Amino acid sequence: MIAYILGLADDALILAQRLGEWVSRAPELEEDIALANIGLDLLGQARGLYSYAGAVEGAGRAEDDFAYLREEREFRNCLLVEQPNGDFADTIARQVLFSAYQFELYQALAAGADAGLAAVAAKAVKEVAYHVDHAAGWAIRLGDGTDESHTRMQRGLDRIWPFTAELFDPVPAAPVDPAGLRPNWATTIDLVLAQATLTRPDVPAHPGGGRDGRHTEHFGYLLAELQYLHRVHPGATW
Amino acid sequence: MSDTGSPLWEVFVRARRGLSHHHVGSLHAPDAELALRNARDVYTRRQEGVSIWVVPAAAITASSPDEKDSFFDPAGDKPYRHPTFYHLPDGIQM
Repeated sequence: MIAYILGLADDALILAQRLGEWVSRAPELEEDIALANIGLDLLGQARGLYSYAGAVEGAGRAEDDFAYLREEREFRNCLLVEQPNGDFADTIARQVLFSAYQFELYQALAAGADAGLAAVAAKAVKEVAYHVDHAAGWAIRLGDGTDESHTRMQRGLDRIWPFTAELFDPVPAAPVDPAGLRPNWATTIDLVLAQATLTRPDVPAHPGGGRDGRHTEHFGYLLAELQYLHRVHPGATW
Repeated sequence: MSDTGSPLWEVFVRARRGLSHHHVGSLHAPDAELALRNARDVYTRRQEGVSIWVVPAAAITASSPDEKDSFFDPAGDKPYRHPTFYHLPDGIQM
């Protein structure tokens, strides 16, 4: 159960870190703020989930211990969220595919038997509904935009798509069956793709492994940046 | 950040039910839907409002600073247009 909660928390933390990388680099100031906002929503979700994991574990670990003092192999996030930002279309592809999944997941958890997860999920589901809306809006504008934006949006989708398979792989002790989330997720995504005049990629799935701590080569660099300050100045606050 | 040439939008936010929308600033967005979403992120992240209007800045006709003399100065010496010459009867609550 701890592993499952950490998986949810790590998904949120790692994607928040990736979105933070856009600050000062987004195509427009307004989008800068929007992506940072989404990242901060995810960070808030991660904090709630880490606290809950610590309480369930009962070994005195707090959110900072989970975020800053675990090593690469101990992180249980899916590979999709750690993928590099790429260009703006890659980021939007990653966001719409993940947020649509997270929306279904949190809805199911909010109605689930685990009161701790239900509390975090019920609060987060409104935030995630907005993330879906924002990312889908951009996917449609880019896909149904110019030739260049269409090409790039399709390319981003093709790049990220192989990592979606892992989202629906079975997870031990999961209170929600991941495979059960797929039909609604697929419906949402197909609707966006149709409006965006994009094609659902027909590409082989990338092997999973994130939930067992086997990450892609990008992850170590991300973690180094995320954890550097805390490891150099343990317990630093401001 | 690069200038992508998105049009400019003026943003109006209503702080509470019953109040009117007030101009809070402007932003860039490629179309009205995204302007609304950008406005949500830029101007209402700290619970500033319950309703947002966005208006294309190009749709606003503004008075010109060059016309300031003829537009506004004539009102300067007409204090009788303010309702300050009335005597209020005793007992009126202001």
